[in-house]
Amino acid sequence: MLRFAPTFAIAILCLPLLAGTAGTLLPAFGYLPAIGGDRLTLAPFAALLAEPGLFRSALTALATGLVSTFLSVAIVALFVCGWYGTRTFATLQHLVAPLLAVPHAAAAFALAFMIAPSGFVARLLSPWATGWDRPPDLLIVNDAMGLALVAGLVVKEVPFLLLVTLAAIPQSPVMAALPLVRSLGHGRTLGLLLAVWPGLYRQIRLAVFAVIAYATSNVDMAVILGPTLPPTLPVRLVGWMNDADLSRRFVACAGALVQIGVTAVALLLWIILERLTAAIGSAIADRGLRGQRERAVRFASGVAMALAATVVFGGLALLALWSVAGLWSFPDAWPQSLTIRTWEKSLPSVAAPLANTLSIAGLSTVLSVIIVLACLQRENETGRTGGNRALLLVYLPLLVPQIGFLFGLQLLLVSGGWDASLGALVLVHMVFVLPYVFLSLTAPWRAFDRRYEAIAIGLGASPSRVFWAIRLPMMLRAVLVATAVGFAVSVGQYLPTLLVGAGRFPTITTEAVALGAGGNRRVIGVYAFLQLALPFLAFAVASAVPALLFRNRRAIQAA
Amino acid sequence: MNLRPILAAALSACLTSALSAPAFAEPDPANWEAVLAEAKGQTVYWNAWGGSTQINDYIAWVGDTLRERHDVRLVHVKLEDTATAVATVVAEKAAGRETGGSIDLIWINGENFASLKRQSLLFSPGWATSLPNWAFVDVENKPTITTDFTIPTEGLESPWGMAKLVFFHDSARTQTASMPKSAAELLQWAAANPGRFSYPQPPDFVGSSFLKQVLAETVTDPSVLQQPVESVDFAAVTAPLFAYLDQLHPHLWRQAKAFPKDYPSMSQLLADGELEITFAFNPAEASNQIAGGLLPDTIRSFTFPGGTLSNTHFVAIPFNANAKAGALVVADFLLSPEAQARKQDPGVWGDPTVLAMDKLNEADRAAFDALDLGIATLAPAELGPALAEPHPSWMTMLETEWAKRYGVAN
Amino acid sequence: MGQDGIGGAGLQPLVLDHVSITLAGRQLLSVDATIAPGAVLSVMGPSGSGKSTLLAFAGGFLDHVFCATGRVWNGATDLTALPPQERHAGLLFQDPLLFPHMSVGGNLLFALSPSVKGKAQRRAQAQAALAEVGLDGFVDRDPATLSGGQKARVALARVMLSKPRFLLLDEPFSKLDAALRQQVRDLVFANAKRLGVPVLLVTHDRADAEAAGGDIITIGDEAP
Repeated sequence: MLRFAPTFAIAILCLPLLAGTAGTLLPAFGYLPAIGGDRLTLAPFAALLAEPGLFRSALTALATGLVSTFLSVAIVALFVCGWYGTRTFATLQHLVAPLLAVPHAAAAFALAFMIAPSGFVARLLSPWATGWDRPPDLLIVNDAMGLALVAGLVVKEVPFLLLVTLAAIPQSPVMAALPLVRSLGHGRTLGLLLAVWPGLYRQIRLAVFAVIAYATSNVDMAVILGPTLPPTLPVRLVGWMNDADLSRRFVACAGALVQIGVTAVALLLWIILERLTAAIGSAIADRGLRGQRERAVRFASGVAMALAATVVFGGLALLALWSVAGLWSFPDAWPQSLTIRTWEKSLPSVAAPLANTLSIAGLSTVLSVIIVLACLQRENETGRTGGNRALLLVYLPLLVPQIGFLFGLQLLLVSGGWDASLGALVLVHMVFVLPYVFLSLTAPWRAFDRRYEAIAIGLGASPSRVFWAIRLPMMLRAVLVATAVGFAVSVGQYLPTLLVGAGRFPTITTEAVALGAGGNRRVIGVYAFLQLALPFLAFAVASAVPALLFRNRRAIQAA
Repeated sequence: MNLRPILAAALSACLTSALSAPAFAEPDPANWEAVLAEAKGQTVYWNAWGGSTQINDYIAWVGDTLRERHDVRLVHVKLEDTATAVATVVAEKAAGRETGGSIDLIWINGENFASLKRQSLLFSPGWATSLPNWAFVDVENKPTITTDFTIPTEGLESPWGMAKLVFFHDSARTQTASMPKSAAELLQWAAANPGRFSYPQPPDFVGSSFLKQVLAETVTDPSVLQQPVESVDFAAVTAPLFAYLDQLHPHLWRQAKAFPKDYPSMSQLLADGELEITFAFNPAEASNQIAGGLLPDTIRSFTFPGGTLSNTHFVAIPFNANAKAGALVVADFLLSPEAQARKQDPGVWGDPTVLAMDKLNEADRAAFDALDLGIATLAPAELGPALAEPHPSWMTMLETEWAKRYGVAN
Repeated sequence: MGQDGIGGAGLQPLVLDHVSITLAGRQLLSVDATIAPGAVLSVMGPSGSGKSTLLAFAGGFLDHVFCATGRVWNGATDLTALPPQERHAGLLFQDPLLFPHMSVGGNLLFALSPSVKGKAQRRAQAQAALAEVGLDGFVDRDPATLSGGQKARVALARVMLSKPRFLLLDEPFSKLDAALRQQVRDLVFANAKRLGVPVLLVTHDRADAEAAGGDIITIGDEAP
């Protein structure tokens, strides 16, 4: 059984990806007999190019993706190099880490509610500082340049990159380098940036690529925060895919290929940027710059980090407040009355999406965890880790724009009659859940002291007994944390749920995005709250269960 | 050339009629007891726009009631755009899914209905007029019930509610008397009050309806709008409309560099004081929002004395629906005086009824009479004349042209 | 030979039959020795010399990167042909490695053969094993609350309770302070001798090897 686990995992990751990409490729060239396309033609691309503002849509997707990634990497690099090992670092790290569990859509709502002209910041400053007794007519959310979208992406990417970097630090002598750097007369930020960051960056590079892929192709955040005249390319693609005119699906598939191209160009530009940065870095090092007047930079990175957490959690708290607000007019900073009316009215309609969310997330996560455990156990037995190639495979679904293969996958599922089934949805969620479960479980699993297993085997226990009685209980916390991570990833999935679920499996996330940023804030408050509550509940369970189970076992609690 | 599909179809038709005719028979609303019996235990997937929480809540109530009374399970498939449902039906037809389709009922009218009717993708003509509750429908005084955007309904869709374009403003900030009384006056008002008016971004249904309202007011010969757009000179007919929009846009909210997503978004902007004039396709929308605590009770309604667009919205059953009997039961319940009265209550939704009061019994009529239509709802007499909807093809063309002209902001 | 106890305990010699271990073509060690029941063979070498791989080979969990030839016999049983869990190799490392999620009693019960039936009977044996190492009444304790010496003694009780055919000791005393070290060392060797278990000890500390009182092999002298 265990022997097939790695093959099975690779199949789960790659088959939907390959089939979906093929399913996108053919219709892009006009071939989809089910809706009357029976010969290969370039017509879909011609129709695509004739779309008004197509270039601009592609450009905003590219630019917002690249700029947000650059800012995120810069903030994380400066923050780690400027603050690692300080109390401020530890505090901010704990503040930022939970952001990872916040679904993209909820973070986007939170940001929108903070910065909109009628948002909380304007309310706090009005009318005493701004003189506004009505919201100013300023285009902040949905701005044409995509700045709001960039901000939204940054607040979600920074925590992800920070955690990936923290995981890489043990293999990199940051703390050891610090006195050395100091003794050479460098300021700590520049010194560490030059001496340590390049090594760290090499380890998080795939994660950065995944961030670029997501940022250039995401739909849920772009729908809420992105430009609307025209929207970014991915948003328009989804619109075409759902158009009443079926021939638009050819255009959508052609557009999906263009989107893959946009993401590829973004990656290429990034690689060029990497080279440039490296060259600049070594030039600075060669000239012996010491960077001792770096307080401002260091301070700014700390502020950016704190701001990301404050904006999102503040925004989410506000959303929760909106969900119990009565009339709340501008510029009041607090609602005139509080009421549970919205909750009372929403709860009946929340029940079904909630049940869908829980069952899809539960099933896809549990299955993913089982597969990952089987793979790791197999690795344990054979001693082969699969190395970098396996890691690339695991990252693959995160590196290809979702839209590129989901369109094809949806068309395949429809022609097979398997669309809108729970099974198909769980499978598609696993494509995205499995990598995260794998990434979060691998390090602790490999760090396990295998002498425990040797002892247990010497005591006469079979390999399966060793797994169930020793390895699994001792790793329970790590397994549950990985489960919570997977659960959070599934809860946050928008596009796969929308496309494969065909509307029959609305989840908290698809409902929330459908409500849109301009919609009823009270109801959005309810959905965003639930979107947030689910992953946090999962993490709470992940820390409560071992604490309860092993309440009399000090060593494992500390682990 | 290829005879195999035809042969296969013929063969399966023979088999069907010979072996299992009763099992494949379509439900017949004339035999209502049989419909109710067949509907028992069915799950009805109702694809309906899901952008308004009040409407969603009402649909949820319908579902609860039907499950209790007829053992029919109703699932609201919430759409962002009804076109998605049309696409699904067309795709299923193309893929050869003649039965067991994924949609049982669609909330529909206008272009989407015309499209499905044109392609013969709807359940048999006359089902709607055979429903038991059809007897109460106000066919005589509400012409849009039998003619949907100039297209005869022929019993292919069952009426659900009446819609009329109505504007709203906050009387605490602006005088009702100072409100514009036509599209031309609206333009002047917008110029005098920059940034305080906007409309949902087409192809949002209400946004496109605003374009049609202006078109209807600026066109020299309104009768051309009743013809399919292909048969007239679109550019000439719409020239005044786009001249109007060119003038209007610089004065809009955000200088027309962004538009509200839909009418609920406009309500939020009205509540925040960003917009001064908003509109919806429901005369009781403002009262409904006041009842829900979303708008202050100083909001009032107004319409144009020259008339505003009005239409009827319907439910239709796709040709390959999986639970036709269940869908019939839902459609009939939607027509019942009980469901219609609840729908008209501004505290619930406020959508006007399609029923004729004089056809109801006394108790049902009393239920309607007892409704408090709300402080912001105009009396039927104040709603002004009804402008007929243009032929559905206009909407598509207007949306395309709009995207070309304004879809890429500078 | 005699006394064929459950679990194959005791009284058979452990034979390292022309055992040779290489890493990437470089020979780490080559041993050919017989350890009589109750006797100790000490293998000495500096850290990094690969002496622990000998234990891993005998126990059956040698990492795949190493290449090993030769056989290990327990009397007439070819251990190298058996899966690790059937070799009954009692292991002691420099850390006591008590399973942290179990109580002290749980650790002992895990080691007790399933052929011992009955909850009361099993618990009684676990308690007896604890009493033998001077830890009477520690059954329900959390291992994390024990002192270093107590943990070492529980580890010994645990391994003896499993009725090992032989003991593999990997620097088992190196983390104990001098006084404790003497005490635990004596306890381990006394127990091994009493039960007649052959012991293979790997250490870098000559005092340990000498205290064991058996043959001493030194490896890795010419290591680069």
